[in-house]
Amino acid sequence: MRAGGTLPRWAELGLVPLLDVLCAFLAAALVVLAIGVSPLAVLRAILAGALGDAGALGYTLYYATNFVFTGLAVALAFHAGLFNIGGEGQAILGGLGTGLVALALDRVLPGWLLLPVAIAAAALFGAGWAAIPAWLQARRGSHIVITTIMFNFIAAALLVYLLVNVLIAPGSMSPETRAFQPAASLPLAHDGLRALGFAAAPSPLNASGLVALAAAAAVWFTLWHTRFGYRLRVMGLNPGAALYAGIPIGRMTVGVLCLSGALAGMVGINEILGVQHRLILNFSAGYGFGGIAVALMGRNHPAGIVLASLLFGILNQGGAEISFDIPAVSREMVTVIQGLVILFSGALAGFSRPLARGLLAFAGAALSRRAGAPASREG
Amino acid sequence: MAALLPELLSLASGTLRMATPLILCAMGGLFSERSGIVDIGLEGKMLAAAFAAAAAAAVTGSASAGLAAGCGAALLLALVHGFASITHGGNQVVSGVAVNMLASGLTITFGQAWFASGGATPALPASARFMTVVGGHNILVLAALASVPLTWWVIGRTRFGLRLRAVGESPRAVQAAGVSVAGLRYRAVLACGLLTGIAGTYLSLAQSAGFSREMTAGQGYIALAALIFGKWRALPAFGACLLFGFVDVLAIRLQGVAVAGVAVPVQLFQVLPYGLTVILLAGFVGRAVAPKAIGLPFVGGR
Repeated sequence: MRAGGTLPRWAELGLVPLLDVLCAFLAAALVVLAIGVSPLAVLRAILAGALGDAGALGYTLYYATNFVFTGLAVALAFHAGLFNIGGEGQAILGGLGTGLVALALDRVLPGWLLLPVAIAAAALFGAGWAAIPAWLQARRGSHIVITTIMFNFIAAALLVYLLVNVLIAPGSMSPETRAFQPAASLPLAHDGLRALGFAAAPSPLNASGLVALAAAAAVWFTLWHTRFGYRLRVMGLNPGAALYAGIPIGRMTVGVLCLSGALAGMVGINEILGVQHRLILNFSAGYGFGGIAVALMGRNHPAGIVLASLLFGILNQGGAEISFDIPAVSREMVTVIQGLVILFSGALAGFSRPLARGLLAFAGAALSRRAGAPASREG
Repeated sequence: MAALLPELLSLASGTLRMATPLILCAMGGLFSERSGIVDIGLEGKMLAAAFAAAAAAAVTGSASAGLAAGCGAALLLALVHGFASITHGGNQVVSGVAVNMLASGLTITFGQAWFASGGATPALPASARFMTVVGGHNILVLAALASVPLTWWVIGRTRFGLRLRAVGESPRAVQAAGVSVAGLRYRAVLACGLLTGIAGTYLSLAQSAGFSREMTAGQGYIALAALIFGKWRALPAFGACLLFGFVDVLAIRLQGVAVAGVAVPVQLFQVLPYGLTVILLAGFVGRAVAPKAIGLPFVGGR
């Protein structure tokens, strides 16, 4: 963002982002201190709650799966210079799509056929919900940021309307559909592990986790090893050059946002096919916005996103447990940390550059002093 | 006919009550965005203000202390947004998202730590709320009404307003004229903080008797929609706020009522502001053109 100039490449790519994230966590520690709780006690409780036993670890990975999907969705659009804040709405539509397919076909098709169709429906619905704002930007000039925000609210209202008025299970008091037949359930990780002869604690971790890893690999390959990915990055780095090189910006905008929306829609399979086995309200639970933090922290690289997702999975699971140990700390502390990461790694990216410069100068001086000391003794 | 008049009056005052937070936020957003700083953090600032106002009023028992705390909280978040967008030259949309998430998390975190009731503040007695009524309207409603001509006059008729509009269209020209771009934009962002602070205070100290989690419920985004719907001008934005407030009132009145034999889903009214804004932005009805330099960080030098 600003010309620094004096930092080596490894420090610019590694040290500065790391220090930015550290600043965010330091600020979070200050918030915890302000409510009169020891940050170390909170850290210990979070780690114990998220990694303490195999079941907790399963929960952590299940949460991380959602963050991988939305983080990849945000990052892919970022590489094309587009800001997709609509992950929340696209996740809702993805869940709706996969739920509709499951409701329509779970008594007709066997699981091996139904699940791929249901997953494709999640991708298709998510992509479709992202395609409209993309098309409006490409053809009608309305800004994607504003339209995707508006589409989040429209998606939420649509889901409420459908669940309350149309899809609600007969006789049900709460707005949710009937439970799916077992054919529409994604395999759970602990069932798989037990089949292989391992003892595994039950958790909601399911096959979506593998889909998420495959998606991360696919995004990596697409971005750096395909013609489409090359065009996408050119468009993000220099739209003028992209236009001059004959890259169809409008068509690319729609294409990129469709892929981004499809990735966000995958939250639906983890939640609806993997865990809930019925369509419910509020299953997207802020993952769309969390994905922004994940993408920024992971520097928009699939490997970084997987790591950042693990961290946010730990925070989510540890945060869910923490209110039992320390009642003064609510799980919304995780939202605070997400906000701080978005602030320091996003809007204030490079904030810690002077600090990095100072650290390097200090380390350099210490090294040269040590190297120089014996020489002076000899003389 | 004689029975219709009181009905219309109650509809009008209901509209005004619903539109009050929208008007204050939209006018705040107008200052910020006309100076070239995108603000999708209206929601977060209003939420933080609503919490701070209710918390201060609960502890001190004074509504004016609540107002001061509410405005203080919103101004603080406005400064965060200003520092990231103006001084640091960061991405303004990203900063706005951060402000919204911070407000959403911090209000509940502090609420739970201080009042231990799931993020809500204790119910406030009338003495700790804004109940002053002038001419049948709450004083904060009148403040919202007054903010419209005031904004129109400041933006359109004062030297500060002229420069503020210039900095939103062409910051380089303002710099060449020897006026501080950052100084102008900071003042605009702080004006936005003040107005969103009053809006949040209205929510928790006048419309309700205390803070409850996520009580803004998207009204900051509706105000943003109204600002865009009003094409970044004070009077049309005011009109859009009234329209969206009226839609809100209708949604409540028509709940469960069948129009021409069909029950109108309440969700249809809820999405109307968002849908209308999408349609307007797409240029299907009229055209909304943003300030030219909006969202672009300004880097000084020649």
